[in-house]
Amino acid sequence: MSLVTVSHLTKKFRTHTAVDDLSFSVGEGDVYGFLGQNGAGKSTTIRMLLTLVKPTEGHIELFGMDLRKERKKILSQVGAVIEKPDLYKYLSAYENLSLFARMSGSKISRKELYTQLEMVGLGGRVNDKVRTFSQGMKQRLGIAVALVHHPRLIILDEPTNGLDPQGIADMRNLILHLSRHLHKTIIVSSHLLYEIEQISTHMLIIDEGKKMVEGTVASLMDPAKTLVEAEVNDPKRAANLLEPTTWMHFLQKTTNHVLIFQLPKELVPELNRELVRLGIEVLSLQAKTSLEAYFLSLTRSKQYVAAFTD
Amino acid sequence: MWQLLQIELLKIFRKPRTYISFGAIAIMVIIIQIALKSDGRSYIEFIVGGLKDSLDIPYAHILNGYFVCFIILNLLLIHIPLLIALVAGDSIAGEANMGTLRLLASKPVSRTGLMLAKFMATVIYTALLLIWLAFISLLLSILIFGTNDILIARNDALEIIRSNDVMWRYLAAFAFATLALTTVAALAFLLSVFADNSIGPIVSTISIVIVFTILSEMQIPLYDRTVKPFLFTSHMLAWKGFFYSRIDAGGSAIPGTIENIRAIGKSGLILVLYIAGFVSTAIFVFNRKDILS
Repeated sequence: MSLVTVSHLTKKFRTHTAVDDLSFSVGEGDVYGFLGQNGAGKSTTIRMLLTLVKPTEGHIELFGMDLRKERKKILSQVGAVIEKPDLYKYLSAYENLSLFARMSGSKISRKELYTQLEMVGLGGRVNDKVRTFSQGMKQRLGIAVALVHHPRLIILDEPTNGLDPQGIADMRNLILHLSRHLHKTIIVSSHLLYEIEQISTHMLIIDEGKKMVEGTVASLMDPAKTLVEAEVNDPKRAANLLEPTTWMHFLQKTTNHVLIFQLPKELVPELNRELVRLGIEVLSLQAKTSLEAYFLSLTRSKQYVAAFTD
Repeated sequence: MWQLLQIELLKIFRKPRTYISFGAIAIMVIIIQIALKSDGRSYIEFIVGGLKDSLDIPYAHILNGYFVCFIILNLLLIHIPLLIALVAGDSIAGEANMGTLRLLASKPVSRTGLMLAKFMATVIYTALLLIWLAFISLLLSILIFGTNDILIARNDALEIIRSNDVMWRYLAAFAFATLALTTVAALAFLLSVFADNSIGPIVSTISIVIVFTILSEMQIPLYDRTVKPFLFTSHMLAWKGFFYSRIDAGGSAIPGTIENIRAIGKSGLILVLYIAGFVSTAIFVFNRKDILS
């Protein structure tokens, strides 16, 4: 069952398109990794899921309900940490947690709040002001705030940003604990592939607001498969021609310029022959060794451009 | 809504910045009281002007707690908007700056409800600030200077209000001052929606109040009819009207009367309209705002 269904989501800020016709769905119990470099559109998408940003176009359904119509009902079942969780620095950990628990509409006992703080390792700092906390402790308190009302869906936007290696490891273990033992559905965004690979069951790569690749982590990270970018004269027509063929299930994405396939390396020459047979002009065919190489190619090309435009 | 209001009040009154205003008012009032206690006679001579030579002025009677409170209100009610802006301007922009606004807006509460709770908390803060001002300027002055009739200077005339006719006027004046300062709070609240840090709305509010006050005080006939009646600052000082009694044929103030209650009512209505306009615009903008902070 899909807990989250996003259809043709688009967000434009004046002339800039931050999210462009994005569609995906998240099943119950999934840990859905949202991967993309900085500025790819991850945070804007997450903010649209949380009603912080209004979509220009598209539709969002959570728990089978329309987000626009059932906002309160939906958000009462969602917990989120959006970038670094800035809480009220002049209040204690307990006061912050209690305040947000009340805002979530849940009646939670003092004992339960203490238990929640224990769970994230802040049992000894319950009455200390947040201004005295390290970034890692604030992050853990943010997680407690996200979990305090027992949500079905947890959304974590770049949860390891600013954490030291121990903090990153703790966060990873916490996400795995929430998924495996508490059976929570989690959407987690990151710009680090290895981070998503370690904690997610599913993954979506987003670039310039567009979906590039989506699938289970197991299949996308399968070392036996390779990603192939086929530059053709008319990608949309090519995708239509491929539809009735067995090659369709290898097709990951059609962009304005290329078709992206994930398939065993030995099939690459055969793919080329099939495209030519269908009358598609193949301008180039580039095999990436892995998803990591593909993701790095996206990232590196942007960094290269940025280095010359800064 | 009640729960949201409680949360907003907790946030305001746990913030150290909130108490700056209470401290500032206490210091200013005490400074004025000390000055009047040590040299109140000079101040009264300044008020009565040339009349001091033709009248036998009972300085000891005039310098009483009611009179001192009236002086304090005249001196301070122009400056208190600055203190109100400190908290009201911070209400949304401060949360955006801290990064807590996105957390609040992603909770299962309506944005309108959130805004109303924030504004109501600001109104309560404003009212408490005025109660505090009333407490130390009226009660402390009564304790220090005692009570007696109050001398009010009106244009070229002097009016005496009997001591048993004063207290209700103060209650009404403080209630009206709360309304006037709520207008400033509503303006700061509106400006707060547009900013991501509280300095902008606080400075903008203060600037608007200063410019409007200057325009309100200018003696230029063109502005008297075209601009002044529409500025909220022109109506903020209408609290003074509660101290202007009707005068009988013998030239004495009639106890329990107000000279121009309609003018005070009109000013009050204009301030209410300003508040409604500022707050509903703030809610309208906030409901459509993308929270990117």
